[in-house]
Amino acid sequence: MSTTTLETQTALNGALNIGAETRSSQPGILVTDYNNRQTVGKITVDHPKMICREVNVYYGAKQALKNVGLDIGINEVVAFIGPSGCGKSTFLRCLNRMNDTITGCRVTGQIKLDSDDIYDKSIDVVQLRARIGMVFQKPNPFPKSIYENVAYGPRIHGMVNTKAELDDLVRASLERAGLLKEVATRMEEPGTSLSGGQQQRLCIARAIAVNPEVILMDEPCSALDPIATAKIEELIDELRESYTIVIVTHSMQQAARVSQRTAYFHLGDLIEVGETDQVFTNPKHKLTEDYITGRFG
Amino acid sequence: MPTLQNLRRGGRFRIPGDRAMPFYLFLSLLLFSTGAYYLGRKRAFAVSGGQIRNLHSLPSFYGSYTALWCILPALIVFALWVTLQPGIIVDLVVADLPPELHNLAPDRLNLVVNDLKNLVSGNFVSSTPDPAMLAAADHYRNLRTIGNAALWVVVLTLATLGIAYAWRTISPTFRARNRVEQVVNLFLIASSTIAIFTTLGIILSVAFESILFFQKVPITEFLFGLQWSPQTAMRADQTGSSGAFGSVPLFAGTLLISGIAMLIAVPIGLMSALFLSEYATPKFRAFAKPTLEVLAGIPTVVYGFFAALTVAPFIREIGTAMGLHVASESALAAGLVMGIMIIPFVSSLSDDVINAVPQSMRDGSYALGATKSETITRVLLPAALPGIVGSILLAVSRAIGETMIVVMAAGLSANLTANPLEAVTTVTVQIVTLLTGDQEFDSPKTLAAFALGLMLFVVTLILNIIALHVVRKYREQYE
Amino acid sequence: MNKPTSAASAPAILNRDIKTIVNAGLKRRHAAETRFRWYGLIAVSLGLLFVVLMFGNIISKGYPAFWQTYIQLPIKFDPAVIDPQGSRDPKTLESADYAALVRAGMRQMFPKVEGRLELRALYGLVSSNAALELQSRVLQNPALIGAEQEIWLLASADVDTLVKGNIDRSLDETERPIKDNQVGWVDKLKAAGKIEKQFNTILFSSGDSREPEMAGIRGALMGSFYTLLVTFLLSFPIGVATAVYLEEFAPKNRWTDIIEVNINNLAAVPSIVFGLLGLAVFINFFGLPRSAPLVGGLVLSLMTLPVIIIAGRAALTSVPPSIREAALGMGASKLQMVGHHVLPLAMPGMLTGSIIGMARALGESAPLLMIGMVAFIVDVPKGLMDPATVLPVQVYLWSDLPERAFVERTSAAIMVLLAFMILMNGLAILLRKRFERRW
Repeated sequence: MSTTTLETQTALNGALNIGAETRSSQPGILVTDYNNRQTVGKITVDHPKMICREVNVYYGAKQALKNVGLDIGINEVVAFIGPSGCGKSTFLRCLNRMNDTITGCRVTGQIKLDSDDIYDKSIDVVQLRARIGMVFQKPNPFPKSIYENVAYGPRIHGMVNTKAELDDLVRASLERAGLLKEVATRMEEPGTSLSGGQQQRLCIARAIAVNPEVILMDEPCSALDPIATAKIEELIDELRESYTIVIVTHSMQQAARVSQRTAYFHLGDLIEVGETDQVFTNPKHKLTEDYITGRFG
Repeated sequence: MPTLQNLRRGGRFRIPGDRAMPFYLFLSLLLFSTGAYYLGRKRAFAVSGGQIRNLHSLPSFYGSYTALWCILPALIVFALWVTLQPGIIVDLVVADLPPELHNLAPDRLNLVVNDLKNLVSGNFVSSTPDPAMLAAADHYRNLRTIGNAALWVVVLTLATLGIAYAWRTISPTFRARNRVEQVVNLFLIASSTIAIFTTLGIILSVAFESILFFQKVPITEFLFGLQWSPQTAMRADQTGSSGAFGSVPLFAGTLLISGIAMLIAVPIGLMSALFLSEYATPKFRAFAKPTLEVLAGIPTVVYGFFAALTVAPFIREIGTAMGLHVASESALAAGLVMGIMIIPFVSSLSDDVINAVPQSMRDGSYALGATKSETITRVLLPAALPGIVGSILLAVSRAIGETMIVVMAAGLSANLTANPLEAVTTVTVQIVTLLTGDQEFDSPKTLAAFALGLMLFVVTLILNIIALHVVRKYREQYE
Repeated sequence: MNKPTSAASAPAILNRDIKTIVNAGLKRRHAAETRFRWYGLIAVSLGLLFVVLMFGNIISKGYPAFWQTYIQLPIKFDPAVIDPQGSRDPKTLESADYAALVRAGMRQMFPKVEGRLELRALYGLVSSNAALELQSRVLQNPALIGAEQEIWLLASADVDTLVKGNIDRSLDETERPIKDNQVGWVDKLKAAGKIEKQFNTILFSSGDSREPEMAGIRGALMGSFYTLLVTFLLSFPIGVATAVYLEEFAPKNRWTDIIEVNINNLAAVPSIVFGLLGLAVFINFFGLPRSAPLVGGLVLSLMTLPVIIIAGRAALTSVPPSIREAALGMGASKLQMVGHHVLPLAMPGMLTGSIIGMARALGESAPLLMIGMVAFIVDVPKGLMDPATVLPVQVYLWSDLPERAFVERTSAAIMVLLAFMILMNGLAILLRKRFERRW
């Protein structure tokens, strides 16, 4: 079981730890052995939206994610941090089964959205992805007009019946993404004519328009300048009221600013999970501490 | 310089013993220059005083320098000589002909010259040759023998002189490498201009004959006339008032057949490309893609054979069974087979274009819950549209210019019809029929082929330029 | 701008239950998905089907042509016919009436046949090649004169077609190329074991002929060989030089832009236009002989040049700049850098492109029709200036002939042509696999 509590973790640590560093450099550090890859911290939440247990991901013969267990709570922002190649994006893409599009990728374990196992045969991936929206690292507006970009989701899912309804939906989504003011007069211009930050907000509006329950964000600000980044972060904070958000970021400051909980990944293992404040001010695993203090990353 | 007409008429002549001569001379030249290379190298060693570092360039450059001096001037003279000699000899022989032959009109004179050449080569003689001609032929042979001997002497002397010059110039400070590189550079530049000269050659050759044609047949007649029957001979002094050179039916026929071909090729090619790039397993793709591309490698004459002997009779039988009248050289058969030929062309171009659409577009669509087909029809295709249009234009240009299939499977008579079951003819078919078989040169009939060629070139050129431009712009968009 | 309305309506619209909405349309959408997938599969299958159809059609028509029917006749090398004076003079031996020996052999097989028409029909069973065969045997070995031998002689094309089962015996006699009495004789010969099918060496050893059973593709093969030789010798060095110049030396300016656009356009010019160019320039202007492989090679090399240049440039760009920098850093001149380092690395790619270009040139026929390589030529060409035709044009010429035996031979010629193309493309693939480098 990967739902190891803090107490058993410490016990395990004591039992397995032979010849490792025993002195803690900081009072909060519980695990000082770099080879101990058990998750530290509480992976469960009181009101989970998604529950993941024993998730393993393989690309061909290579294992990219090892035995990850984590809950994602309703209306909270969870940040995944960690050095590149640590599996944080891989895990994110498991949550809406985007890994299905990669040939040779295999996922085992259990991921539940509310009460539905999303890898169950009875779950339709089309419906799943409508319920779990995604925003990508690089803004990827379709080569269509701004309006058509936002209208794309509602159109394919048949969410609206009249043109007026669609207009309203598009405007409401843009409004919510904080983009309406900037594009109200240029709805017919191509989405690619916007600036990078606007494009990313357009992609968020596009995701919101389908009214998903969860929004996954894969380093949404890595291609943006600081001002655009600030706007997106502000938006994430607002969106938290209506959606559950999972964000992958390589910026620890961003994670600290926008998220309530933070999960630290390292080489395919989920090393530590906790309240964001706690993880950043008082990490419990030596690896986490090394990372957030900039010793590697 | 030999005139156009007499060379056309004399096209078939050949001189047996003469043939191998330039080849052996060329071989000797190559041998000489190989020798020159070693001589030059040896010379470089000698002047360096045994210390290669004293030399400006590596000894092999001195060798190459000498070899170039040996072969290049000699080769230039050689080429000029071989081109000019026949004309000069003819002029000399003609000048010495008896006055009654010498003073003939140019047309007749050309005939005489041809007879002469045939006599010389011993090919055939129309009647018993008269003594004057026999004498002239002897004269011709003598001159040729002298000319060839002189050529050997001159070329080999030049080669030797070249070696001597290079030998004298070689010194330790002499920059042989730079000289050799200059020559190589020149060769590279000259090579790259050949493509330009080819285009110029195409334009000039078709345009020149086309202008001659338009002097005989008004250009408006050619462009807008609805009647095409070049076989009804017209007198040379007659202008094309009979309306026999209207190219509209030919272009209509070309469009009909190309249209049928595109109706086959575009859906099948495009859907294949989509299926192979979006749905097929890597294994199936690895098998199906090269197999489909086999279609592109099959020579067009094979398609023509298939169309004429298998598809056309088959369509005719089906048509007859359904109570339709189907011509045995129906546009449908030619178009169908041409379509098959173009499938891999459309599919591989579309494949490139579709693969150029970034994966992030697909991801964005899938992440919204779109199915594969929705992603393809609503995101991929609109994104790839310019590129696909470009490839279709290239395919159209190829269909229009395709020759063998229509020559073998389409008709000869120009019908202005849109019925695919009837026989139509195309521009390329007419070019081939006008220029093969018995030709009367300088008749409008033959020149018309060049006018058609000009039109064909212009139309395909415009299509290609637009298509290449569109495709390039499209690629840049995603780079 | 009606911002208040949209802001007010936002929650209502945005708060719809996505799960049920999506569920409602799922069935229809998956059906559409399946349909689309099927369209794709059908398209690919159609394409593959065409490949199978073409090859199946050609092979099924062509493979019988690799066997040819022979008739065994008792031949008496009668000295009275061949060499009445007994001089054994080669000239006499050459001009003797060998056909008479064949006729005699036929009469010996069917002594009961009488009447001029009947006899002529009987003699018609054997190809006129039979006399030539006997002639060459006697010339090789004059000692044969006076001897009597059973000799396998080439049957006529009609007999061959009948034996291969391609003539419908139930047709009325007048609609058949071979008459009832002839069918009877053939059956008798067959029953006596005097008819047999042998491997068709004539197809590969002789030039074109009006008689199907004597027509071969050797002339066309040699024509193709000489034409391609010229094409390769011209287009490969020039193509490589152009690619090297454009990729390594040329300044990026308008002039090189023009050259580049021009090359791309040339690659898409219809082949027949190159034929017009060849006719106007090489034949009319420079006065080169019509039908000569030299002219064909010139025309085809102009056509192949863009292919080689484009492939050559791709090969050159795939050589990483670090190698160029390394060479220049060692003090090599630019030409040495290209000659010693870049070109050897790019050569496999260039060769691959050239072989593919040559394969295309091998299959090309339209431009060659323009320059007269479409004549009926019996002699096998012996040089670049001899009148010749090429394999695809031979296919074109034969495809026009009505005899069933020629249809068979056309398909056989196509099979040979395709075999060469597969061989060349296979070579290109092999080369690519063998030397492919990932940088």
